[in-house]
Amino acid sequence: MWKGDSMEYLKAFLVGGAICALVQILLDKTTLMPGRVMVILVCTGAILGALGIYEPFAKWAGAGAGVPLTGFGNALFKGVKEAIDKEGFIGIFKGGFTASAVGVSAALVFSYIASWIFKPKMKS
Amino acid sequence: MSNVVNKEVSKMKGKQSILFKNPPYIIAASSVAGKKEGEGPFGHLIDTVHEDVLLGKDTWEEAESEFMKEAVEKALSKAELKSEDIRYLLAGDLLGQLIATSFGIAELKIPFFGLFGACSTIGEAMSLGAILIDGNFADKVIAVTSSHFASAEKQFRFPLGYGNQRPYSASWTVTGSGGVVLSNQKGKKIEGATIRIRGITVGKIVDYGIKDTMNMGAAMAPAACDTIKVHLSDMGIEPTYYDKIITGDLGYVGSDILIDLLKEENIDISKNHMDCGKEIFDQESQDTHAGGSGCACAAITFASYVIKQLQDRKWKRVLLLPTGSLHSKVSYNEGNTMPGIAHGVVIEAEG
Repeated sequence: MWKGDSMEYLKAFLVGGAICALVQILLDKTTLMPGRVMVILVCTGAILGALGIYEPFAKWAGAGAGVPLTGFGNALFKGVKEAIDKEGFIGIFKGGFTASAVGVSAALVFSYIASWIFKPKMKS
Repeated sequence: MSNVVNKEVSKMKGKQSILFKNPPYIIAASSVAGKKEGEGPFGHLIDTVHEDVLLGKDTWEEAESEFMKEAVEKALSKAELKSEDIRYLLAGDLLGQLIATSFGIAELKIPFFGLFGACSTIGEAMSLGAILIDGNFADKVIAVTSSHFASAEKQFRFPLGYGNQRPYSASWTVTGSGGVVLSNQKGKKIEGATIRIRGITVGKIVDYGIKDTMNMGAAMAPAACDTIKVHLSDMGIEPTYYDKIITGDLGYVGSDILIDLLKEENIDISKNHMDCGKEIFDQESQDTHAGGSGCACAAITFASYVIKQLQDRKWKRVLLLPTGSLHSKVSYNEGNTMPGIAHGVVIEAEG
């Protein structure tokens, strides 16, 4: 039991870390602005999801693949796909929002709470 | 015939320069800066160093205003003058519509010209101030500029709360304000040499099509090159005329580009070039990547370190060449280039 769990943590840590390391190279070696890098990540996740690659990868890597923005892109694709299967054409407009609603709302609420507690300081 | 300029009184020199008939005196210089600048190589020469760069205010913008107000007050007290003794205040900063300046100096009640030359503003302010004095339109003026790391990051890059990473070619905006009092007479309290503005060369906009705001040195270096080239030919001098040619905030990347560009013109300034952006922070220990920048970079370096070298007679003649990148957040986001400018101010020590 314990052995399995700790392996999961290790895998998530290594895979998530590897994705972040790749992105760090993008930030350091190119002139891409952070916003653009984030969009690239989301799109990559959605495309890999559509190709059927991301889902098995996420099953194996767990949070290491789910937490980075590529996971968000994959979730968007999954939501759209499910909504189309269920509701047809209208699902294109609905699915992405349904699937990402929890993540987006949580980010808004938690960052708002954080802004009450913490004030930005000078970088040093 | 009446349109012919009288050569005897003309102060024009060459294409873009002025040689003053009665060179204005710099009777005081003041600098106020933040903690990081205080820990830098010029820390011991800066008049006031603030540990808390918010200065007890609610916003970074208000803090920057306070820095400028303190710099003006310090300059006045060092020159033993009151604000009503000052005929004009020439000032500017980086924030939209010069809010740091306007809110900072409002209560000083000095007739005011607001200037924008990005980080070259101190050169523009000193140039126009010197023109006003030599032209007998003013007896005493103050030229002052400010910048603040946090307000500049918010306006030009990302607000600090966003927590983005800075690329290695990005410069570090200097927090603080620096200013000088110019006068048509020698100061009351004379410490060391008498310092005067002998002439100026007004820069023109040079645009090499650089679009990366994280690499402003490369955008400004061609403008600095152009102004130096024109200045030397207008004045009929060699670079060795100066003890130092002091550019504003080209940083490490931009300084190398400037020296290379001038070499192509057969001008060698590698021996006596200095860049405020390179000097104001310690590269080894302060991790500022490309060096310092901002309106306060050249202003504080001049008002603390350069003026001291002149007063102590270590240097006799310097060309101060603050450099600016004339882009805004809007022009940048719309994919425009970053036009550069550099204004040359000839400063000499006498006696």
